[in-house]
Amino acid sequence: MGKSLVGNHIRKLRFNHDEMTQQQLADKVGVTRQTIVALEKGNYSPSLELAFRIAHSFDLPLEEVFFYGDTIEK
Amino acid sequence: MTYQEKKSIMSLVSAVVIFGSFCLYMYPQFPGNGLESLETFRFWGSFVFSLLVVSIIAHIIINIVFNIVYRITTGEKEPTFEDELDNIINLRATRNSFFVFILGFLLAMGSLLIFQPSQMMFIILITFGFMSDVTGSVTRLYHYRRGV
Repeated sequence: MGKSLVGNHIRKLRFNHDEMTQQQLADKVGVTRQTIVALEKGNYSPSLELAFRIAHSFDLPLEEVFFYGDTIEK
Repeated sequence: MTYQEKKSIMSLVSAVVIFGSFCLYMYPQFPGNGLESLETFRFWGSFVFSLLVVSIIAHIIINIVFNIVYRITTGEKEPTFEDELDNIINLRATRNSFFVFILGFLLAMGSLLIFQPSQMMFIILITFGFMSDVTGSVTRLYHYRRGV
């Protein structure tokens, strides 16, 4: 399996939100910690619904949390 | 290593151990008389049903022990639900598992077509049943480690 083309800033955003843990974010959006780990590693592209739930949990629009392949940050 | 990865490895190891020890237990009971006798069919029938019952009970016990050991060693509780990632991985594991089983089923039927003894069909069916279980566990482990 290659890396997902959908990237995200979840790790950075967690850090900026009082160093929220992966478990806290997972509980907030209703998934397991394993899924947050996979998302941060870029091993999984979330469903649209989960992407929105994560964006809402940071009070940010979707495009400020997720980005598509050609805009992948280094 | 996460809970799901450890669970996949545990499932893989327990499948191999249960199947291996069950085969070793049943081997001496194989009827020596004629290959196509009624006794032989009864043996294979009881083999499949006993394996089913034994593996279900053993998997439940191993699962409970695994969860207890996991809680003690990590201090974490196991996830109580399955989310979308788990569902996708489970679907892929089931797909691969069924593919292997159907392949075995076709091979088993093919063995009858080329006039192999009926016990060959049972051996192929049972072996591929085991391999499909292993394939499911390996697929889960692969996707939990490498992503979807």
